[in-house]
Formats: sequence, C-alpha cells, structure tokens
Amino acid sequence: MSKEDNAKKGWRDIPIGGLITESGNAEKYHTGSWRIKRPLWSREKCIQCLFCWAYCPDLAIEVEDGLVIGVDYAHCKGCGICANQCPAQALEMISEDKSDVNDDKAEVDHEKKTE
Amino acid sequence: MSEQIALTGNEALALAMKQINPDVVAAYPITPQTEVVQLFSQFVADGVVDTEFVTVESEHSAMSATVGASAGGARAMTATSANGLALMWEIVYIAASTRLPIVMPVVNRALSGPINIHCDHSDAMGARDSGWLQLFGENAQAAYDNVIQALRIAEHRDVMLPVMVNMDGFIISHAVENIKPLADQDIRDFIGEYQPAYSLLDPDQTTTYGPLDLQDFYFEHKRQQVDGLEHALEVVLDIGREFYQLTGRDYGYFEKYRLDDAEIALIGLASTMGTAREAVNNLRKEGIKAGLINLRLFRPFPVQALREALQDIKVLGVMDRADTFSLNGGPLFGEIRNTLFDFGNKLKIVNYIYGLGGRDINLSDLEGIFRQLLEVKENGKVKQLVNYYGVRE
Repeated sequence: MSKEDNAKKGWRDIPIGGLITESGNAEKYHTGSWRIKRPLWSREKCIQCLFCWAYCPDLAIEVEDGLVIGVDYAHCKGCGICANQCPAQALEMISEDKSDVNDDKAEVDHEKKTE
Repeated sequence: MSEQIALTGNEALALAMKQINPDVVAAYPITPQTEVVQLFSQFVADGVVDTEFVTVESEHSAMSATVGASAGGARAMTATSANGLALMWEIVYIAASTRLPIVMPVVNRALSGPINIHCDHSDAMGARDSGWLQLFGENAQAAYDNVIQALRIAEHRDVMLPVMVNMDGFIISHAVENIKPLADQDIRDFIGEYQPAYSLLDPDQTTTYGPLDLQDFYFEHKRQQVDGLEHALEVVLDIGREFYQLTGRDYGYFEKYRLDDAEIALIGLASTMGTAREAVNNLRKEGIKAGLINLRLFRPFPVQALREALQDIKVLGVMDRADTFSLNGGPLFGEIRNTLFDFGNKLKIVNYIYGLGGRDINLSDLEGIFRQLLEVKENGKVKQLVNYYGVRE
C-alpha cells in the first residue's frame, strides 16, 4: 500500500456502501493532477461573456462579482471545452510539460503565464 | 394467527408480499416466478396494497428500479428466476455493495442452455458471490416464512444487505400445499414501519449513492460488506427466535433431522431434503443410523455451526443441484470440504450432483444414496468423489 493510501481512514470509520453523506465535498477532491493541458486565460482578450463558466463541467472557471477572474487549477481537468467554445480566443490550452506552474497551488499568476 | 389454507408456492410468496405491502415493486415476468408478480400486480390493481408497481422492460431494469427505489428510502422488492436473475447480474452486485436491504424471492430454475424451465439451483449458485444473503426453503411454508424474516434481516442496521429467498421452481412454486399464513397485523407488527438508514430523498441528510470508488477506498467498502455478513450470522438467529415466538416455527441456519446419533448423513438444500427426511425414516426402521442437514442459510455460510453439527458423522453425502464445472464438485460440496478441511476428523465426504434441469429425484433414489454412504462407512473407501446422480450413461 502506498503511504498516501495508508494514511486514509479504515473501513470502520467510513460510511457504508461508498455513500457520501456530506454535501458539496467534491471540492475537497483535487482533480487538477489529472490534467495534461491547462487553459491559460487572458484578461485582455476576455469579453466577459461567461460562456466558459457556463460550459465548464467542473465549475473550475472562477467568477467574482459577475466577472471571470481566472481558472481553479485545483479542479480543472484540462478538458479544453472552455478554450474550444471561447468566442474571443481568451483561453488557450498549453501543455503541462511546458508549464512551470505548481499543481498544488490553486492560485496562479495568470498575467505572468500569458506572457 | 390465521387458519391453514391451501396455496401454491407462488401464491404463498405473493401473499407474503401483499402482507408486507412494500412501497415499491419493480418486476418482470419469467417462468416459474411469473405468477408471483402477476398475482401481486392484481393486488395492486385491486387497491389492497399501497405499492407503486413498476412494469419494466427487462430484469436488468427491474433490479435497477428496485435499487433506485431502495436508495430513495423505499421498502423495495422484486422477484425473478434463472435467466431473469442472469440478466439482472450487474445490478445484483450493485444492490449488495450499495448496502440496500432489498428482498427478492428467486424461484429456482435451471439456467439456459440448453433452454429449460425446470428446477435446479444454477441460478442462485451463480449469484452466490454477489454479496447477497441467500436463504433456501424446503416448501411453500418455508418460502413464505423466509420472506417475512428476510425483510427484518436485510433491514437490520448491522446487516444492511439484500436477501435472496430461494424456492424450488415448479416442485414448490406450482404445487399446492397447506400453509399457515400469519395475520396481517402480526406481520405489520413483526416487520414494523420502515425507517431507511439513508435516503436520496431526504433533504436533511443529503446522500450520494454510487460514486466512483477507486484504489484508495473500494477495498474498505468490500471489507464492510464482509462485516455486514458476519453480523448477519447473529441476526439470522435473533430474527429466527423472534419468529418462533410468534409462530412456533423454528428457523436457524439449518434443520438437523435425526442427526444426534447418526453415522451417515446427507446435507442439501430445498425440496429434496423433504424427500430425504422420509428416506431417513425408512432407513432408521432398518436400524441404519441415518440423518440429515437441511441447510437454510447458504450465504453467509454457517461454518462453525456446521462443524459442530457434523462432528460425529462418519460419512457425509453432499447434495448439489448445480455444478461448478471445476471438475471438483458442486458449490455446496466445495463449501463443505472447505469448512471441514482443518477440522481434523475422519469424516468421509461424497458429492452427488443431481436433478439438473428438473430431473426428478425420488424416495428410492435418496435411499439408494444413503446405502452408498453406508457402503463407504463399511469399507472405508470413497469409490467416486463426485457423482452425477441420475444421469443416463
């Protein structure tokens, strides 16, 4: 068993049947590590149509006061739907190999990455 | 307590379901179970039950709808046979692993092919590793009583697992017997108002059913299922005792018949054991020390109790109405040998695979099998470990 698995709760201490008895706890499950490509968002190009926010299957487009402010990389799986549908080319998929962004860091300096 | 009435096995099961009055029944007809859900749907149409009856397009959907209803906090039931059970397959496992206390009568019939509608246990034995409890009953009364008890066992908080109530197709399902049903009120009191542990429809305790469960937790959930089955060993006895208080009918893991001083014995499941009881009586008249174990609980397997019950037996015949095609005996034989391997006694065991596809086994057959066991006892040798009894050479 891996160290990570060994640190988790045993069978006596979890709900039966794989049930999840807490609402909204998918947030605690960071799926960002699945990603092989990440969307880079450009504040300059963005026309704030919010299509990406509506399309994202993982609620990973971060919005504040009705405006897109970036991408939640802790949960973004890199599916690319946001970039594909963006009418303003404000989202670009780049390979994680070329990225020096730390996966564990939910917040990234978007300005720096679009350079 | 009601009077004695004459019913077929299927009518007895339908009556039990009517008296249970489940919230949801989703079912599809298949011989020899058809009558159970047909009669039950009439109860629904007549308004004598409150059940939502879901007519589905297949058994896969029947079990899926039953799982959905049970996850939604309903007391949910279905019933099937043979190929119907096979078509449910995927969802049968999901019912157990999701810990849904569904009760399902299975009217045992040979699995195709070649296509056959008559009794054997290949359907139930195929599902033996699905995580369900499996009860077998000798006759209509046992099937009726097992369904009532199964509900309590399944819903017990320490168990929370589905229960399959097996009854022999045609031999029991279509034959009329005298049975003593319980009064409606007695059943209502015995099973109580259903209080689901979780419900998809409970806004105060939101619950997700069936999420993805990978390397890090799947194994723990499987271990929990084992824990539920371990508890079931106690719960089956507790509920059996309670049922005895109510009816005077005694149910445990198995029935021991004239076993205490027996030297040779048979162990088996369901209707055949009724005939075997008569064979025991006939042999006893000749002074042959024969006995039998009529096994009721196949899953979980009552290992310790069987070890104790078999400790003084010299030769044991194991009756399997199904094969495993392992070339190493039938499913019950495998369990029994596994149970006794470390026991350190000198018991000799012989396996009889019999009755496949409804092939009759009668009193003289069973007496003949006992005489073969007697021969093994006398000369100390098992000539043939696995025997296909009643097949033409």
